[in-house]
Amino acid sequence: MKDSSEESLSGENGRITGIFDKGAGLNVRRRIQTLWFTLFRGAALVNGFALGLILFFMLSRGWQAISWEFLTQPPRDSMTAGGILPCIIGTLGLALGAIAVALPIGVASAVYLNEYASSGKITRIIRLGISNLAGVPSVVFGLFGLAFFCIILGMGVSLAAGALTLGAMTLPVIIGATEEALKSVPDTYREASLGLGATRWQTIWRVVLPSALPGILTGAILGISRAAGETAPIMFTAAVFFTPKIPSSIMDEVMALPYHIYVLATAGTSIEQTRPLQYGTALVLIALVLGMNLVAIIYRSKLRKKMR
Amino acid sequence: MEKKWKMQAKGLNFYYGNFQALYDIELGFRERDVTALIGPSGCGKSTFLRCLNRMNDLIPISRVEGEVLLDDKNIYAPSVDVVRIRRRIGMVFQKPNPFPKTIFENVAYGLRVNGVRDKNIIAGQVEKSLRQAALWEEVKDRLHESALGMSGGQQQRLCIARALAVEPEVLLMDEPASALDPLATQKIEELIHELKRFYSIIIVTHNMQQAARVSDTTAFFYMGRIIEVGETDTIFTNPKNRQTEEYITGRFG
Repeated sequence: MKDSSEESLSGENGRITGIFDKGAGLNVRRRIQTLWFTLFRGAALVNGFALGLILFFMLSRGWQAISWEFLTQPPRDSMTAGGILPCIIGTLGLALGAIAVALPIGVASAVYLNEYASSGKITRIIRLGISNLAGVPSVVFGLFGLAFFCIILGMGVSLAAGALTLGAMTLPVIIGATEEALKSVPDTYREASLGLGATRWQTIWRVVLPSALPGILTGAILGISRAAGETAPIMFTAAVFFTPKIPSSIMDEVMALPYHIYVLATAGTSIEQTRPLQYGTALVLIALVLGMNLVAIIYRSKLRKKMR
Repeated sequence: MEKKWKMQAKGLNFYYGNFQALYDIELGFRERDVTALIGPSGCGKSTFLRCLNRMNDLIPISRVEGEVLLDDKNIYAPSVDVVRIRRRIGMVFQKPNPFPKTIFENVAYGLRVNGVRDKNIIAGQVEKSLRQAALWEEVKDRLHESALGMSGGQQQRLCIARALAVEPEVLLMDEPASALDPLATQKIEELIHELKRFYSIIIVTHNMQQAARVSDTTAFFYMGRIIEVGETDTIFTNPKNRQTEEYITGRFG
């Protein structure tokens, strides 16, 4: 039985209809492909170029400022000379404090949301809250920290208040990274564990979290290194214009690298004169942040190797 | 001389949300018997298998009606602790799924989570289980290497050893050889023959020859219902139902 459409398709020449002889030939299609790939490659190169340019500027203008004294001494002569040690210590302290706050709370929230909570109304609201938290501008976090930690909780301008503020800002990043890491743990691990008579908690603690750990830690460190470079959240809560002393308690106020750059570049009386110091400080900040990222990456690959 | 029922499903209905996946399943499993569940993809045989150790509890929108008896006690009764049930009813999955831990720790895992602390007992049980799974000779010198470095067939036997270590009474196997090559498959089948002496085994398989080779009883599932159940020899040589015959002879499914 043959219907008419089949008849017309096969045509007089039988199987070969010639429909592929017309239209865009292979050369044209190849040229279109080349064009698009070239454009996309260009887009990808812009990223590398931007990072390269930033590093080039910082290195070329800041490297003269870097010296042993610069890294180990407090500023002197109204911050036109001397070093930035209090800023380095302050920023490291803030980053460590923030991770100490945000990592446990963030991981616990993500485990609850991903492994335990049923997908009801409350979890939807919590998730909505988290994703909105991620969109709050950093200066708002700064004002919140000032109002809540410094004033209401009475912490004053301190390392603790700054770390809590940065921690709050990093929470959504850590929750997001942890949820991603938990989702990448195969369900078959969970099933195998439960099938042996493990409780859900034992399954999470002994199988799921260890498998997700590399992802969680890298996410956390990337989030913190991002936060460590922020100025707005700490300028009201932790950082001061100038203090020569190294903080001895978490209730001390601190200097911090990003705020120091801001101060030198905008608020001094000798802005031009301190230009090299500004670039030097920026270089140290970038080195610190990239260093943290590097640690995260090395640690992750080590953990992954161990698990194989 | 009839062996007694180890497990029985009675009037079992299963729903994913509004979709009913199993209809009125009545099926018994005898002690130290191998029962094969066969049927085309999506017929509900894996869903049924997962009802037998309450693995389906994990699916939030699912719902079960009816009873599953283990030694005449309903495992869905409210007083029953699902964690205890799952230790008594072991499961082996379609894809080998060893934990990213050492070979030793994989087998020891079930002991540890069930509260066994004594190192000597754990070591002894690990060796016994690996021997039962016919894996000991191959891995005894590398117990503390990662399980993920083993071949697929070895991994699956490791998963069997891991399940045996907690001394289950029933072993559920969800297409345990479908991801393995023929040689590894043969080893698993030989293993099932050995294990049958101690355990009641329920195996889901897509492989008709495998069902015929390893099982004593066969149940044919289609569209969420049991179409026919009987002795494997009878099912494969003289099925009563036309659909069963068409399926086992490869005319559909």
